[in-house]
Amino acid sequence: MFFWSLVLIAVGIFSSFIYGRSRIKLNSKKQGTKSKSLPNYYAQYVLMWCLFPALIVYFSWAIFQEQIIQNIVISNFEFIEGAVYNEGLLLAEIRNVANNPSFADGKSIEIINAASHYSSLRQISQISFYTSIIIIMLLGALYASQKLKPEFHAQHTIEKYIQYILIFCSSVAIFTTIGIVFSLIFESLRFFAEVSIFEFLFSTEWYPFIPIREGQTAAEGSFGAVPIFAGTFLVMVVAMCVAVPLGLLTAIYLAEYASQRVRKIVKPLLEILAGIPTIVYGFFAFVSVAPFVKAFGQSIGIDASPTSALAAGMVMGVMIIPFISSLSDDVINSVPQSLREASLGIGANKAETIKKVILPAALPGIVGAFLLAISRAIGETMIVVVAAGTAPNLTGNPFENVTTVTVQIVVALIGDQEFDNPRTLSAFALGLVLFVITLFLNIIALQIVKRYRERYE
Amino acid sequence: MNNSIAKEKIISLRKKRSLEDMRFKYYGFTAMCLSLAVLVFLLYTIFSKGYTAFQKTIVLLEVDYNQEVLKLTPDSSDEDMEKGKFFRVKKQAIENFFPDLSKSDIKLVKKLFSINVDKEIKDYFLDNPEVINTKQQIWVTAHSDVDQLLKGNSRRDVPEDRRKLNDIQLSYVDQLVEENRVKQVFNNFFFTKADSRHPEIAGVAGSFMGSLFTLFTVFILSFPIAIGASVYLEEFAPKNRITELIEVNISNLAAVPSIVFGLLGLGVLLNVFGLPRSTPLVGGSVLALMTLPTIIIACRASLKAVPPSIKEGALAVGATKTQAVFHHVVPLALPGTLTGTIIGLAQALGETAPLIMIGMIAFIPNIPTGLTEPSAALPVQIYLWVESAERGFQEKSAAAIMVILIFLFMMNAIAVFLRNRFERKW
Repeated sequence: MFFWSLVLIAVGIFSSFIYGRSRIKLNSKKQGTKSKSLPNYYAQYVLMWCLFPALIVYFSWAIFQEQIIQNIVISNFEFIEGAVYNEGLLLAEIRNVANNPSFADGKSIEIINAASHYSSLRQISQISFYTSIIIIMLLGALYASQKLKPEFHAQHTIEKYIQYILIFCSSVAIFTTIGIVFSLIFESLRFFAEVSIFEFLFSTEWYPFIPIREGQTAAEGSFGAVPIFAGTFLVMVVAMCVAVPLGLLTAIYLAEYASQRVRKIVKPLLEILAGIPTIVYGFFAFVSVAPFVKAFGQSIGIDASPTSALAAGMVMGVMIIPFISSLSDDVINSVPQSLREASLGIGANKAETIKKVILPAALPGIVGAFLLAISRAIGETMIVVVAAGTAPNLTGNPFENVTTVTVQIVVALIGDQEFDNPRTLSAFALGLVLFVITLFLNIIALQIVKRYRERYE
Repeated sequence: MNNSIAKEKIISLRKKRSLEDMRFKYYGFTAMCLSLAVLVFLLYTIFSKGYTAFQKTIVLLEVDYNQEVLKLTPDSSDEDMEKGKFFRVKKQAIENFFPDLSKSDIKLVKKLFSINVDKEIKDYFLDNPEVINTKQQIWVTAHSDVDQLLKGNSRRDVPEDRRKLNDIQLSYVDQLVEENRVKQVFNNFFFTKADSRHPEIAGVAGSFMGSLFTLFTVFILSFPIAIGASVYLEEFAPKNRITELIEVNISNLAAVPSIVFGLLGLGVLLNVFGLPRSTPLVGGSVLALMTLPTIIIACRASLKAVPPSIKEGALAVGATKTQAVFHHVVPLALPGTLTGTIIGLAQALGETAPLIMIGMIAFIPNIPTGLTEPSAALPVQIYLWVESAERGFQEKSAAAIMVILIFLFMMNAIAVFLRNRFERKW
């Protein structure tokens, strides 16, 4: 359906353009005056009036059609008294029967009726969709063609429209943020209506079970997220323990010691490390590092679980190395040369210059880089999903199984997504926490880096 | 006397200091080498675990296409042939696979073959209908357990109850190897089939197409919007609060964890707008929003790189600002913007978490053909295979990683090529 409507719109674009061009030429010939703008601008004017209203109709139809049809079908459904219906399943069944008549065997008469109702509504919707698009395009073109007079400044109008389009493009970023904030807050509020915010933030029991039957108390879940936050923190600390020394020393070596040739070879290699998808790191952690950690733990007498904070954290640290090294590299390079020369000039050697002059001077920038790296580590998902496990352990032992915020979000949303229970909604509350923390870290880091840059520029 | 002691002290101090300098340099060098060693080890792990997935094990099976067993005649129509009783032919072939098999043995033998064998026997017949009433030697796909054993991925020296194949089956496999009735060939299924519950017939074709459709959506959405936004911010935007707000927004969005974008897709695109779940359309939209900041930042850099004299020249000869920008600045910045977009797409290709959130993790056993069809994506497929308990999927996940890395490498190569070929230094 939508392919042919695209073809329809393309035809509309093409013909409106041709029409606008020839029409203005004709009009200006009739009046014997030259048009104020080039014919192409008039053509573009007609085109825009033809295209944009049609696109709005197109998208609103695409978005709302299915929902409206489903609502009508459900509201007309002949519910049998006493029977219990699940709306989602019912709809799925109706749709299946409508799309595939062979599924109708053995289905109850109400469902078959609803299915035929559904398909007839779809047909009506399709026909009216095409007619409304054609009518909208014709109306738009008609409105525009009335303005096709030689004294009309088509170019000015077009340029104004282009400005609007550009402004719309730039505001997509704002809409995205608003969308994120609202969807997180809205669903989180639903979650906190059932689970108190204090329990969520300060309780140490995380059993995201939900009662299957009404009034079942044995499986009452509890949503204390402290073990999750602790697990996230533990994995992050392990990751930073790997990434900070390696990343920082690599950056120092590349910025201060390495020859041009080494830099040229190593920097792209580190970029490769940065460009590897995180699921690949997850595989690596699962297949190579986790068994190694388990074996190592056993050899020193610690019973390590097959998925551990240490394995996930180490691999995550490797993932962050290029991030830290390239940021620190920039920071170290922007320390003014004069500081370096002054230090070397009074007889300090390179290591002393780096340790006593460059690093202190670059410290704010490096701290900013660390904060960004921490926010990266907290938000990282796939490595921990594959390698850290799902058990909410409140422990400081990196050989044990821990879970993180991102893992719990994934666990809560895999499988059935019924939005009426706290288990699913907890993902949004955890997402909100994650979003706030990373945003906070980020703003601080960017402030620090900015202030640092200003100091030396 | 005093002088020489001082001298010695100075010399020893200098030695110590230069030793320290050396040591520090050595630390840096070691750190760098360690980072690179991890990269090498990572690639080595993937290659060594994954290269076997490009081969599959096939077994020589003698099939008797007897017309009575098949319930067909030589002049049956094509339609009838489709309905032939091929499962009976297969059953017979397996019963006669080794001489004198007991009933329980037959069950064991049956487990040496892939579930796909029925289809292979049928397809062979449909391709060559003249083989009716003859005995044919056909190479058919072996079960993943046999495949893994022969590739050396599963060990045979563990106790029987921890093995997939028991001792009798092992002896069968050994007999097959001895009689040369089993061999390894190129695994075409890996590139032509979608996901499956059975490792031996699972492939990346479905998830690859899903990834292509997703990337297509990302490109269609993010490229025009990113160019529009960066042109506005670079060339037209007045210096005011709103512009600043947009800029802060973009730089903050760039650091939002990808999983939060997944929640956005779930909460807004699926729940509010009711777009179809598990489809490349939704996945692509989410990833487009996610990569937008990256692409905008790259586009702005390349717009900034066009010297102002070009725009001023256009303005001087009477072009309006819009004309100057769209006729002169944007075309010159296009290679740079394309490079930035490709790098953004490469980022989107490897992204897994948002796709899981919007349901692209569902098991999809067929190859998608459109944007609004449920489909998998390469990184999610890798995740599914890594998590799978079945041994045979592990090599598949490593091989799928190779596919995705090659794909990424090619995208980056194109970006570098575009940059070197078209980008002008002013």
